[in-house]
Amino acid sequence: MATVAVPIERENYLNKEYGVASWLFTTDHKRIALLYLLSITFFFFIGGFFALLIRLELLTPAGDLVQADTYNKLFTMHGQVMVFFFLIPAVPAVLGNFLIPLMIGAKDLAFPRINLLSWYLYIIGGLFMMYTIVNGGVDTGWTFYTPLSTQFLDTHVVAAALAIFIAGFSSILTGLNFIVTIHRMRAPGMTWSRLPLFVWANYATAIIQVLGTPVLAITLMLVALERIFRLGIFNPQMGGDPLLFQHLFWFYSHPAVYIMILPGMGVVSEIVTCFTRKRIFGYRFMAVALIAIAVLGFLVWAHHMFIAGISLYSALAFSLLSYFVAVPSAIKVFNWTATMYKGSVSFDTPMLYALGFIGLFTMGGLTGLFLAALGIDVHVTDTYFVIAHFHYIMVGGMVIAYLAGIHFWWPKISGRMYPEFWGKLAAMIIFVGFNLTFFPQFVLGYMGMPRRYWQYSPEFQVLNVLSTAGATILAVGYVLPMVYLLWSMRYGKLADANPWDAAGLEWTTSSPPTTFNFDETPVVTWEAYNYDELDAPKEVPLER
Amino acid sequence: MSQHIVSAKLYISVWAALICLTVATAAVSYLELGPFNIVLALTIATCKMLLVALFFMGLKYISDRMTIVVIVAGLFWLGILVVLGMSDYVSRAWY
Amino acid sequence: MRLRRFLLSDSPTVVATHNPDLQHHFSSMEQQQDASMLGMWVFLITEIMFFGGMFFGYMVYRFYYYAAWLEGSQHMDFWWGTINTVVLLCSSLTMVLAVRSTQLNRRKSTVVFLLVTILFGLAFLGIKAIEYHGHWTEHQFPGLNWSWPGPYSSQVALFFSFYWAMTGFHALHMVIGIGLVLFIAYHAWKGKYSALYFNPVENVGLYWHFVDIVWIYLYPLLYLIGHKKG
Repeated sequence: MATVAVPIERENYLNKEYGVASWLFTTDHKRIALLYLLSITFFFFIGGFFALLIRLELLTPAGDLVQADTYNKLFTMHGQVMVFFFLIPAVPAVLGNFLIPLMIGAKDLAFPRINLLSWYLYIIGGLFMMYTIVNGGVDTGWTFYTPLSTQFLDTHVVAAALAIFIAGFSSILTGLNFIVTIHRMRAPGMTWSRLPLFVWANYATAIIQVLGTPVLAITLMLVALERIFRLGIFNPQMGGDPLLFQHLFWFYSHPAVYIMILPGMGVVSEIVTCFTRKRIFGYRFMAVALIAIAVLGFLVWAHHMFIAGISLYSALAFSLLSYFVAVPSAIKVFNWTATMYKGSVSFDTPMLYALGFIGLFTMGGLTGLFLAALGIDVHVTDTYFVIAHFHYIMVGGMVIAYLAGIHFWWPKISGRMYPEFWGKLAAMIIFVGFNLTFFPQFVLGYMGMPRRYWQYSPEFQVLNVLSTAGATILAVGYVLPMVYLLWSMRYGKLADANPWDAAGLEWTTSSPPTTFNFDETPVVTWEAYNYDELDAPKEVPLER
Repeated sequence: MSQHIVSAKLYISVWAALICLTVATAAVSYLELGPFNIVLALTIATCKMLLVALFFMGLKYISDRMTIVVIVAGLFWLGILVVLGMSDYVSRAWY
Repeated sequence: MRLRRFLLSDSPTVVATHNPDLQHHFSSMEQQQDASMLGMWVFLITEIMFFGGMFFGYMVYRFYYYAAWLEGSQHMDFWWGTINTVVLLCSSLTMVLAVRSTQLNRRKSTVVFLLVTILFGLAFLGIKAIEYHGHWTEHQFPGLNWSWPGPYSSQVALFFSFYWAMTGFHALHMVIGIGLVLFIAYHAWKGKYSALYFNPVENVGLYWHFVDIVWIYLYPLLYLIGHKKG
């Protein structure tokens, strides 16, 4: 029987201090990232639970599982929890927090205590949201449209609005922290044009967080004031305009979808270059495209209001602008593809997820163009076509990119490798389950099945059953990583500093990193994604 | 960071200008100028804002371009909300 | 262009190795101060967008209901509004003089200027309370006790909704500002700030001036619409 050598565990950010207090009062960006990881995973399962109930109800045309009002609450809570407590923070607050200082060669973010405050605000917002859920939930739709939300409902609208208001401040502070960090704390030699695209992506996201979220904040405050004091700002009987609410709401909520997707695009750029062993095709275009998406994303919000009563001329303008915003996204897809051309591609789990992202995001994005066309939109808006469109981007795109990033950087975060077989299996189950869930919904929407309806015409049943079957498979796919990632923290193979031979400063630190990241401040003299240099034959001395 | 230390006299002069502008805008509001009342009032308000921003907030003396970019971006974004938003309201009557 | 000032008598001693106020993740005080100031400006633009949402709503209804907006504005307390504008401008002066005193290592005058700033701020809030009380007794709070004898009642109610919301959020920011200035005043009194480390004072100053600028716009938009009728 062989004796097993116990590895001497070097000091790192995980084992530096133990105890609940050392976590709850930490200012280490890496620990805060893990605090976020736990919290958003919790909310992901809450939101997923509501989704499963929705899909169960929709197995049959009749409304037989829950009552109509309850169904309204299910889709509202699903949307609010998933958008504000999972998707918005997911990549920035978990991966961004963890990686940005490492990637730029800094010891921490610019404002570590504000980083911790961000997490506490998220938790407080989450508590308000749990309070809302426990007390029967809200049934306004995640969009809180007035005057339904301000005048006609008995549910806890103010509590839900407060929950999102507070979580919004968490988002604003994270964005503020990232902007200042990326501007002021880059290591010597880490110029803007040498930054990993993941950093650029989070920077673009931060711009949106900082400029858009405050408008949501004031909008929710006005809804709360209107409810409490019966002000009438959005009440047509008092001369108010419900569309004013929608303008203010969508001014944030459209850019919000770019908050959700841009970090995912950053993750994909990191993974595609690593598993193709090539520099990114068109680095400058990729960086500019990220900023362009962030800026153009603010100019299109009323495409959510085409049939709500805005003027036709305004609708035309917003339709045209919506076409423009697709261009930088398309450029990114083309450049990822061009990166892979003649590259040395390997299909590890993160790459499987990244490839899934590219395909599914493209489908979701293209269907967005259908919706941006006024004539088509009249037919398919408020149907399952829209639902399929945004789930292709949010779930097929964003959630998959998030999982890609978690797997890619798992060795760095935890010091362990996840089991590759299970990783690949889960990725494939998720891909199959996802498409089975949401592709039928495009057809359903085109056929005319409205969204937010708890009962439907019998001719829609077959596709609904397929969709629910897909959702069950998808659920299995999501549970698997939870299980094996947790397993790996104890039993997984120990990871070395750079298991993927990837480029990027984060891979020059130990796995897991020490609390202050770098023993000496790195000095950067190489371009991003210098895989040609990294993979060059060893006889040639490398300039590193 | 502004290392430049401004004289107290300059600050007090700026303050005096601000008070004069306030008196002016209050006085002008007694005149009947129709739509120009608000134009004049907002122009004076903008002058006051510039005085506060340039001198009290130190924008005249900072060497850091990034801060200017940040402020311009903030004002521009407010402009997006107002211009694109009002474009709906203004054009509703066009047909 | 940078002017370097030398230390005066009641300032903390320069530490040869590094400034005790340098946080561990920054490589120099300059980097720390640059980051801190940039952070405050980024925060201020979030405030521009926060108030901006209300300014946009105001603009929409002013476009639709100009007559009601004129009517409502006539019922604002012109004199209290004007006095309050002057009060805030004075507070901005004392605030910036406080920052200047810190840059000159004058601990006592820093504290005095900060306390006077607080007094002006409290005066502002006091006058607002008087105005609010007046509007309340005149039944000018939509939803709660609204009663309007003249025409366009519900539209004037919209004007007053914006009045209460905009000045209410402004007053909330004043309260927060007073809290921040109090915090800074306490630490200034304890000798924490000097020519080597004054950017917390500067940053609170930026916040204070910003809240002043919001009022600079609220004043004409609420009190000076159209011409005053006598």
